[in-house]
Amino acid sequence: MEPLSAPAPVVSSGRDADLIRRTLKVMIISRTLESKLSSLYKAGKIVGGVYLGTGQEAFSASLGCSLDQDKDIFAPLIRDQAGRTGFGEPLIEATRTYLGSALGPMRGRDGNIHRGRPADRRPAMISHLGTSVSVVAGMLIARRMKGELGGVVGATCVGDGATSTGSFHEGLNLAAVEQLPMVVLVADNQFAYSTPRERQFACENLVDRAKGYGVTGWQVDATNLLECLSVVHEAVEAARSGGGPQMVVGKLLRLCGHGEHDDASYMASELKDSKLGRDCLEFGIQQVIENGIVSENEIDLWGKKAAEAVQKAVATAQTDPRPDPYRDDWRAFSSKGINS
Amino acid sequence: MSVTYIDAIHLAQQELLGERNDVFLYGQDIGGFGGAFKATKGLQEEFPSRVLDSPISEDAMVGMAIGAAISGMRPIVEMQFADFSSIAFNQIANHAGTHYYRTGVPVPITIRLPCGGTPGSGPFHSQMVETLYAHYPGIIVATPATVSDAYHLLKESVEINDPVVFCEHKFLYRWLKTAEIHPKALPLGVARITRPGKHATVVTYSAMVHEAVRAADRLAKEGWEIEVVDLRSVKPLDLDTVIASVARTGRLLALGEAFPWGGVTAEVVSRVVAEGFHLLDAPPLRLNAKDTPIPYHPDLWAAHRPTPESIVEKLRELLNL
Repeated sequence: MEPLSAPAPVVSSGRDADLIRRTLKVMIISRTLESKLSSLYKAGKIVGGVYLGTGQEAFSASLGCSLDQDKDIFAPLIRDQAGRTGFGEPLIEATRTYLGSALGPMRGRDGNIHRGRPADRRPAMISHLGTSVSVVAGMLIARRMKGELGGVVGATCVGDGATSTGSFHEGLNLAAVEQLPMVVLVADNQFAYSTPRERQFACENLVDRAKGYGVTGWQVDATNLLECLSVVHEAVEAARSGGGPQMVVGKLLRLCGHGEHDDASYMASELKDSKLGRDCLEFGIQQVIENGIVSENEIDLWGKKAAEAVQKAVATAQTDPRPDPYRDDWRAFSSKGINS
Repeated sequence: MSVTYIDAIHLAQQELLGERNDVFLYGQDIGGFGGAFKATKGLQEEFPSRVLDSPISEDAMVGMAIGAAISGMRPIVEMQFADFSSIAFNQIANHAGTHYYRTGVPVPITIRLPCGGTPGSGPFHSQMVETLYAHYPGIIVATPATVSDAYHLLKESVEINDPVVFCEHKFLYRWLKTAEIHPKALPLGVARITRPGKHATVVTYSAMVHEAVRAADRLAKEGWEIEVVDLRSVKPLDLDTVIASVARTGRLLALGEAFPWGGVTAEVVSRVVAEGFHLLDAPPLRLNAKDTPIPYHPDLWAAHRPTPESIVEKLRELLNL
């Protein structure tokens, strides 16, 4: 139960190199998409707010890419575009939801990061932090009751702010009691909206809480792609192989405002210039090039392809039909004949 | 041999567990202990993998049930007392209640709430919470008043694909008995004329149905024929039956055990006034509990909620308007 330090990244086998390549590619796609979403917001084209995961891509993508898209469960939060893409969410679902398309997964009934496809094991978050922990626990318990839990991992993400909620505490405690194959990523990104972490909790390190919950704790420099991938992948496999819930705390700095409406002027420049403020994407690219895993040309090509894919997803969503208030059935019940 | 209200709830759960492999029970002390009110007594022994004790974590209990429900199960969550469901309010109202509309995926969970007062239970083990959940979209609120309804409505609630808050009244648990459960169920969403009459209509639900009948019996001695309508579920609310009754009597008293600000009685009056104003011979009246926390002492408690005496008094006022 002791917090584990990061193992040295293993890049020797082909499988690991493939995982690293895919994760970096996902990070590039995510950054490209989010940069476009920011532009659209500033141009007044987005319905509602835009919430980015800039600086958190390595941590989030490491989880999304370490999960099995065919059987695992992934409940992302506000800053997990990279994890979503890594877990196979098509870009069009993001653009359709942000642009309020009637054809998106939420059909204009919910927006921005509040999206998912529960049938594909991607629950749609609500805004109330920490609530996804128990929901993922329930999805795993259902599989256990049906005899279908074998080899399945359920994962969710929160930030340091969410760890202050009762819902997070209740959920993680429940998961620990049930010894579920679960991974909870905690992005300790220094701020919950504008509130610094010292006004959020008094413990020295959030990973210390793992012992209290009776779960395995891991911590990682979340600006370091290879380290993230190594630790998160290992935590996922530990959960998969019967190790019970795993809590992974990633140290980083949110490199954007809470949303695009927020200029984050409350962030001290010393913090931005510190090691926490390192951009995981820039550093990740440097890491993979130095290790000979990806060439600069390939990265340029991935960037171009990402821009094309994002442009296509935006263009499609922009020409989609809007939700029609005259055609919405305005029913919150699925049961026919049940009215208010 | 007789069946009590709590027996009916126990039997419904036992049969559901036997009939459907996707049903499971989750709640505090419901396993070997059989629940605070023994609604699950012996069920863990019979269905060991599907009757689970939970931590004291109402939020996580409902969150877990939501996750299980969207993964093909039909959980029944037992809140130890309805009052504690306030901790789960967020998961019920904001998560379960919004899920189908947002995602198109229904959430078939049933949340059993032992509600209402018993003498000496005090402010935190006595509350009626149906109004809170009925206010939010996407949540069905069942409020059985009879043994047979407790049985049939619970079974129907679990079959329904949407979240159901099942308000079972603790005062009725052991006091209310019937020779046998009525074999035929009236569907959820249909109110019942518990006692026919022609001079005034009392629209009520849950334990207040019995208090209303007592009040009607007293007034019958003076020649007044009071009709009592049992809503059975406050959402859906069967306005047709209510309006038809008011059409017969011309007078309406909406009666409830909940706090007086807003709530089911206000909703009933509002709908009747809007849709059946021409049927009313007098202004509709409401009678609820007092607007204070629920007191501990039995003498105070008995005066806090409507009683046959206060209902008679209110009906006299209505009949003289």
